[in-house]
Amino acid sequence: MDLAFTDEETAFRIEIKKYLRDNVPSDIQRKLLEGHKLSKSEMVAGARVLNKLGIPNWPKQYGGAGWTPVQHYIFEEEVQAYPARTTYDYGAALVAPVIYTFGNEVQKKYYLPRIANVDDWWCQGFSEPGAGSDLASLRTRAVRDGDHYLVEGQKIWTSAAQYADWMFCLVRTNPDVKKQQGISFLLIDMKSPGITVRPIQLIDGGHDVCEVFLDGVRVQTENLVGEENKGWDYAKYLLGNERAIDASVGICKARIQRIKELAARTGLGGGRLADQAAFREKVCAVEVQLKALEMTQLRVVAEAPMQQSGAQDAASSILKLKGSEIEQATAELLMDLVGPYALPYFSEKERMTGDTPNIGPGWAAMIAPAYFSSRAASIYSGSSEIQKNIIAKAILGL
Amino acid sequence: MNFDLSDEQRLLQDSVERLIADWYTFDHRRSYQEDKAGYSEAMWARYAELGLLALPFAEKHGGFGGGAIDIMTVMEAFGKALILEPYFATVVLAGGVLRYGASEQQKMDIIPQIAKGSMKLAFAYAEPQSRYDLFDVETKATRDADGWTLNGAKGLVLCGDAADKIVVTARTAGDTRDTDGIGLFLVDAEAPGLARRGYATQDGLRAAEITLHNVPVRFAQVIGDPAGSLPIISRVADEAVAALCAEAVGCFIKMQTITVDYLKTREQFGRKIGTFQVLQHSAVDILVELEQSRSMAMYAAMMVSECDATKRERAVSAAKVQIGRSAKAIGHQSIQLHGAIGMTMEYSIGHYFKRAAMIERLFGDGDHHLRRLAALGGLIDPH
Ligand SMILES: Cc1cc2nc3c(=O)[nH]c(=O)nc-3n(C[C@H](O)[C@H](O)[C@H](O)COP(=O)(O)OP(=O)(O)OC[C@H]3O[C@@H](n4cnc5c(N)ncnc54)[C@H](O)[C@@H]3O)c2cc1C
Repeated sequence: MDLAFTDEETAFRIEIKKYLRDNVPSDIQRKLLEGHKLSKSEMVAGARVLNKLGIPNWPKQYGGAGWTPVQHYIFEEEVQAYPARTTYDYGAALVAPVIYTFGNEVQKKYYLPRIANVDDWWCQGFSEPGAGSDLASLRTRAVRDGDHYLVEGQKIWTSAAQYADWMFCLVRTNPDVKKQQGISFLLIDMKSPGITVRPIQLIDGGHDVCEVFLDGVRVQTENLVGEENKGWDYAKYLLGNERAIDASVGICKARIQRIKELAARTGLGGGRLADQAAFREKVCAVEVQLKALEMTQLRVVAEAPMQQSGAQDAASSILKLKGSEIEQATAELLMDLVGPYALPYFSEKERMTGDTPNIGPGWAAMIAPAYFSSRAASIYSGSSEIQKNIIAKAILGL
Repeated sequence: MNFDLSDEQRLLQDSVERLIADWYTFDHRRSYQEDKAGYSEAMWARYAELGLLALPFAEKHGGFGGGAIDIMTVMEAFGKALILEPYFATVVLAGGVLRYGASEQQKMDIIPQIAKGSMKLAFAYAEPQSRYDLFDVETKATRDADGWTLNGAKGLVLCGDAADKIVVTARTAGDTRDTDGIGLFLVDAEAPGLARRGYATQDGLRAAEITLHNVPVRFAQVIGDPAGSLPIISRVADEAVAALCAEAVGCFIKMQTITVDYLKTREQFGRKIGTFQVLQHSAVDILVELEQSRSMAMYAAMMVSECDATKRERAVSAAKVQIGRSAKAIGHQSIQLHGAIGMTMEYSIGHYFKRAAMIERLFGDGDHHLRRLAALGGLIDPH
């Protein structure tokens, strides 16, 4: 039992640090650190920088990095801490594994290089107004018409759909069987006639998600991934990857550092907030949980045995559950720190350009939106309740 | 970076787990508790036979040279069994003082006897007023030509009534809460002027209140620097916390498995209660707390030998904060999910809860360690 990384792993970490320093535009780093909203071009630029280094998890033949789980962990930790993760890359992280695992050669050849290079922006068309946690009850229909499907229905909560070139989408191709058995996985060009995208404003003031209406959209059958009516299997595979992606330990660590720096600058009762025992203890209580999460994640990375068999598979649910809770706790700490200058509201555009009117301390503008938007962490990628259902079933056998 | 036990550590784990399975069922434990001493002398002999009593000591003193991970492995198994014998007091506490403070001669005199199982020790560090502050020592040691004389009162001496010798902290200089001027004295339990009042503790173990009235101590019985032994005491306390965290994890593992088993057998409203979603989610909360605690117990074990005192203390305090939090969360929920049977002394779950609640209070509770961690700047340094 040993916490030390090997010399090779340490060298790898140094290499990643250097790469990030040399390649991530400093403007992007600053905006991420301060919690600004990024434009599409900034998000794409950031994703491209990271993908260039090699994409974790992808097999080498398609441009994967070929890293060990520990290297992947180190990479992710450094990227989050830098910070350099501009966006959730739905293409590289979610749809690509489905394509290279279940897609045909033509699809692999066409899509994978474009995804690696972020030529296309992808969005995830899973949720519907009537199908959230119970995703398999989705109703968007795809009816075969020669070498096309005719798609009719509605998706909702589709992140960044307003920017997207492509959507990977779950559709119902057979309404007459058990709900899980009539679903297919389609790749849909967002420029297709019949698609309308309507952004939805969320409580942080931003428009990060959309409604996507599909009104008689024609999709070529060659855009079906894998077999017709087998889409649910691919979706489950994808959702497993989505949960496993990260427990945002690096992001939370960077946030705690920022909290400490800001607390040292924030006046309180004639002294500084950083000197107030109650506040420091509140921060420390979160740090302890974060350290425990980091250790738990390292145990998963190191493939150490967990309490019960099967836990290894469902460990990603534990990480997601606890990770979202701690991420929310760090956002709460920031909110407690900022004090009354959380009040002024700045528009999404102002937060994107960083061109906020001079009201209160400069850093305060971004805090309340971050707090509001943090509540989503326990809702998306399978809500906390759903994670608990999974753990109860898969690990505890209840 | 790895979380694996070495081959020897795995062997150790297997043999302790086997010992516990064969000799420490809930019924065994109940019968041991009825023994005169409140624990089993026969088990003590078995620990000696397996080498557990010699585990952390250097080979040249008759030990096995084991480290914090070995102790973690043993303490976790002991936590599962809720052992009653004074292993923690003798080997981890007093043994720790000997390892860090004793002279070569003292080690040669005492450690082989501990290893054989023929001598038990206790560590009298606390006093009625000291709460969790190790330096809060009123007991006085005064020096004369022949040695030292101790006067004062020590409290909550774990296994104080069973010990053959007691390591006593006493003040040789300064005021009650000074960090300097504290010495360590190895006192014979039968020494004239030493009176002990043994009693049961909430977890079924034993402790003693000890008064010292003109207790004579020879120079040869002083451990370390009589005026500056707080660093030794702190070091031992950190190791004690790491060991207790592992013992707590052993308790948590049992609470978790017993509770899930119960959810799968108990029926109400015509179905297994484990099919109710609220109870499933509580059971998941217990599991998550357990895994987080286990992570921190490992972290403490890996960091407790760290030479940088700040890093070590931060890690140990963080682990104790986590354990304290989990002791409440797991303890309360596992009793709740059992209903009334969980409230009985006949059933095991309450015993684990009680031990975990006492562990919370040994060497500093969660609040104490959160304060210490905050005073040390937390785990994460700003840029
Ligand atoms: C910011 C954000 C971005 C998103 N991005 C995308 C995206 O890009 N693509 C996409 O397809 N979707 C996306 N989603 C949607 C997300 O996947 C769903 O919100 C999620 O699956 C929950 O569905 P729902 O919102 O319909 O809530 P519901 O399923 O209606 O849940 C409501 C409440 O009931 C609870 N609940 C539901 N079922 C159970 C049960 N069986 N047991 C116990 N409790 C239960 C839930 O936990 C929740 O608390 C996004 C959501 C958010 C907030």
